[in-house]
Amino acid sequence: MTHRNDRVLAVAELARVEGEGAMYIRASGDVVEEVRLDIYEPPRFFEAFLRGRGYAEPPDITARICGICPVAYQMSACAAIEDACGVTVYGTLADLRRLLYCGEWIESHALHIYLLHAPDFLGYASGIEMAADRRDIVERGLALKKAGNSIMEAVGGRAIHPVNVRIGGFYRVPTRAELAALAGPLRRALDDALATVRWVAGFEFPDHACGADMLALSLPGTYAIERGAVATLSGMRFGAAEFDEHVVEEHVPHSTALHAHLAGGGRYLTGPLARYSLNSSWLSPLARAAARDAGLGPACDNPFRSIIVRAVEVVYAVEEALRIIDGYQPPGRPAVEVRPRAGVGHGVTEAPRGTLYHRYQIGADGIITDARIVPPTSQNQAAIETDLHAFVQARMDLDDAELTRRCEQAIRNYDPCISCSTHFLNLTVDRS
Amino acid sequence: MGNHTAIPGPQLTGPRPLREESLREELLREESLREHHGAPMAKPTLAVWKLASCDGCQLTLLDCEDELLALAGAVEIAHFTEASSDHVGGPYDVSLVEGSVTTERDARRIAEIREVSRVLVSIGACATSGGIQALRNFADVAEFTSVVYARPEFISTLGTSTPVADHVSVDFELRGCPIDRRQLLELLTALLAGRKPQIPAHSVCYECKLRGTPCVMVARGTPCLGPVTQAGCGAICPSFARGCYGCFGPVANPNLASLIPELRRLGMPQAAVDRVFATFNAASPAFARARTEARAGTP
Repeated sequence: MTHRNDRVLAVAELARVEGEGAMYIRASGDVVEEVRLDIYEPPRFFEAFLRGRGYAEPPDITARICGICPVAYQMSACAAIEDACGVTVYGTLADLRRLLYCGEWIESHALHIYLLHAPDFLGYASGIEMAADRRDIVERGLALKKAGNSIMEAVGGRAIHPVNVRIGGFYRVPTRAELAALAGPLRRALDDALATVRWVAGFEFPDHACGADMLALSLPGTYAIERGAVATLSGMRFGAAEFDEHVVEEHVPHSTALHAHLAGGGRYLTGPLARYSLNSSWLSPLARAAARDAGLGPACDNPFRSIIVRAVEVVYAVEEALRIIDGYQPPGRPAVEVRPRAGVGHGVTEAPRGTLYHRYQIGADGIITDARIVPPTSQNQAAIETDLHAFVQARMDLDDAELTRRCEQAIRNYDPCISCSTHFLNLTVDRS
Repeated sequence: MGNHTAIPGPQLTGPRPLREESLREELLREESLREHHGAPMAKPTLAVWKLASCDGCQLTLLDCEDELLALAGAVEIAHFTEASSDHVGGPYDVSLVEGSVTTERDARRIAEIREVSRVLVSIGACATSGGIQALRNFADVAEFTSVVYARPEFISTLGTSTPVADHVSVDFELRGCPIDRRQLLELLTALLAGRKPQIPAHSVCYECKLRGTPCVMVARGTPCLGPVTQAGCGAICPSFARGCYGCFGPVANPNLASLIPELRRLGMPQAAVDRVFATFNAASPAFARARTEARAGTP
């Protein structure tokens, strides 16, 4: 209910995010009373119709949850099913998976940096509008994005919903020549990625800290993408099988998503800031140097600076892709055999937007009897709302139009992927 | 339809394959007509809309990295929420609609979108057949809701997921999960040039022949939906030693009576045949019929 001196900021249709969301903020006098990131993306019920499907089907089916990060879904699905069946994929097949994942990171991050996020810092409505003034810069971003897509096409068959991923590995592994053809464009992409870090480092960043705990995969010796243990800044560390015990989802009426929080009650953030803050020491020397030159310390809790972290992760992903391609010798077989057995399997990988958890229960006949998927954005939603609350409270002196614009930017800091959530549902908001 | 093999013969009579280079040249010509020579041609307006979907088909537009800026020079991108916070009101010359209708709100929205669109193109399996979320059409939505949500009373959704054409008239359809980038460019370029888009209606088999991929069913004994699936992707799966899984939906008059026994002969159990037709175009009438026939066991 609103009163005479209430101040309401509402954006009915958030732009430059993936999926359909809205923002609602209500303040009474100088005090922010309510902050909501509303999601009206219609529900699609993936977890329900996965029941009764074959154990080999989740990589193809769950890819369709999100057109922006299908590889993340395929990788978490494979990890979970293989876990249930007692199989580990390692060696060159694991390297090829990481290569495919690097392609998705590059593509998704370049899209967000250049077309969705940078326009906020520079005062444009879109990357396309920005191109009218700075065509060279936007072309650099598109070239970088294309380099990521080229990896996905070579390894996965196509950039959106790759067809070549299967439980146990691939249908056909690429030839040496197919991967070698990527090396030239990727070396140019490395220059573009470094230029991207320098470019975004020059943006203006407000002083702001998100204050939430952070959670990401972690694996000593590498910047964790497709495997590792789950770790938090607050010192927790657990395996994929314990994800369910530590992360609780709650269905709350005011929001349209299942909110995730740590079993102890803490709100947390997953995604680039969390990965960087937990694992920056495992970045390559070149990526670390780029981060340092861009003014980042070993950790980063300013969501506005996430654009720098994404750019640093692109540097790392391009280098990682080049490393895997340089050492590639096609394996003897495209996949290891995975026979179904009754059991439960868990899989956690790092989608471009954060930690993505899958759990499947399958029968001895290979038929799935239960599925659970926890995407990054539903984990982040509570932390985003908390962050927005503090952000708005500190800026109540701004007029509505400016404050609304800044809030939209603050939401885009998190690169929310609303389509991503299997859980998000339809809600009518009473704005009386 | 005879009970002969569903694999088409060697004669290739379909339209030319889409070449990205020539499409780009044509698009640049259209851009220069409107941008550089002071021609009085107004830029057509383009709007992009989303219903229930994964965002992948509209992302295909942004995946045209080499053509995006030329396209933005040839048309005015008037409404594209995923890419721009600017919004120019309708009417629009061309609307691309991604996603299926699964809520009352979207049923109203698609009618409004039709009102303001001169040409309406539904893009992708969700918009053209209801998408994978149309599996609800064959199930109990209340049960689906209770599987996913702890508090089903917060959920408001329709019992079905339906394609755009079930609600409003559609001028063009692009198939696929996701759509093919070259087909999208072909469609937009053709609309700009005022010519008929070349969107082939033949099966994936033709595309395997065009790219020289040996038939995976004949050569490797791999079950494949290529003979009954509409072309457009460029026959990607067989080129990766995998059978087509039908993400472009059924070709016109698919010879299911021939294909289904062949799938069984190649080792697919009846339940697996049922499931392979129950994915991204599950509610398209031909694939729904295939499932009934697979379950009956006597197609």
